[in-house]
Amino acid sequence: MPFIQNQFERNFLTTSVDYVFNWARKSSLWPLTFGLACCAIEMIASTTSRFDIARFGAEVFRPSPRQSDLMIVAGTVTLKMAPILRRIYEQMPEPKWVISMGACSSVGGPFNTYSVLQGVDKIVPVDVYVTGCPPRPENLFYALLKLQDKIDNTPHLVRKPTYVRLQEDMLEDFKRRVMVAQVQQPVGAEELITIR
Amino acid sequence: MLPEPLAEHPVAGPLDQRFPGAIVEGKFALGEVSLFIDPARIVEVCSALKQDFAFEQLTGVTAVDWWPQEPRFEIVYQLHSISKNRRLRLKVRISEHDGLDSVTPVWRGANWYEREVFDLFGVTFSNHPDLERIMMPADWEGHPLRKDYPVHGHRYSYADE
Repeated sequence: MPFIQNQFERNFLTTSVDYVFNWARKSSLWPLTFGLACCAIEMIASTTSRFDIARFGAEVFRPSPRQSDLMIVAGTVTLKMAPILRRIYEQMPEPKWVISMGACSSVGGPFNTYSVLQGVDKIVPVDVYVTGCPPRPENLFYALLKLQDKIDNTPHLVRKPTYVRLQEDMLEDFKRRVMVAQVQQPVGAEELITIR
Repeated sequence: MLPEPLAEHPVAGPLDQRFPGAIVEGKFALGEVSLFIDPARIVEVCSALKQDFAFEQLTGVTAVDWWPQEPRFEIVYQLHSISKNRRLRLKVRISEHDGLDSVTPVWRGANWYEREVFDLFGVTFSNHPDLERIMMPADWEGHPLRKDYPVHGHRYSYADE
């Protein structure tokens, strides 16, 4: 005991600001609950003591976008929900990240229908996609660890990590998609009938 | 025209006598009664069923699209009498541009069901207090549960990627 006593008080360490900020950010992600379908049940299960998302420092689920920095989109995003999702994403303070949890939010899943958005990355930039229908909590944890790796490797503080992913024409593209889904006989519908 | 076995039924028989011609057709299958009602007389039949036959509850209103047959739509009313422990199904056949009288004045619970039928099938209900879309976004065009509505609206919009 006398050997290490008072030894830590005089110590110091050198590091970069980037590293410390990234370390702080990745170690206490505050997720926004965006449960839309059955994936939400797995997301809830991952917070319980059996799986315990608190081990990775991401247990503080917030219902308010203004207090959170990670949006876990868990479930089917309908076209009616899509503008709301986009708006809530924009209400989150920077820096912010998005996990697309499950097949539905990643690519539309089995719902290739008139009302379902075919992938949440059409409207918000996604950092990590989770496979599964629904994914198990371990799967979500793996995504969380991947996201922590990604945050850790973010080189510059000022640059938004996912800035490049959101292209300017995506919103226009989204509007066009909504329009196509609403027209009674969209281009290619005859083709659809012949294929079937 | 009521089929012979249904004349003995405690609801269908008296109802047919009270509103001659209102019951267009009747079916008894799997222990369940379905009565096809003349569209013009649905409200008076329904209010009589509520007042005098104790069908206090409207369990649901839905629709079936038999496209391309005519008349195209079949509006289905599921009634439940709690006091008599009895159930009854009413059906109304209408064409695409025919309106139908709302039964909201009879059962207030019909309000949202009829809005849903309007939203997804495009059947208009007259005398409805608030006939707006309930499921789809307010600016949506078309009625998705119609049989001639494209099932895979999205797939071909991705073809150019």
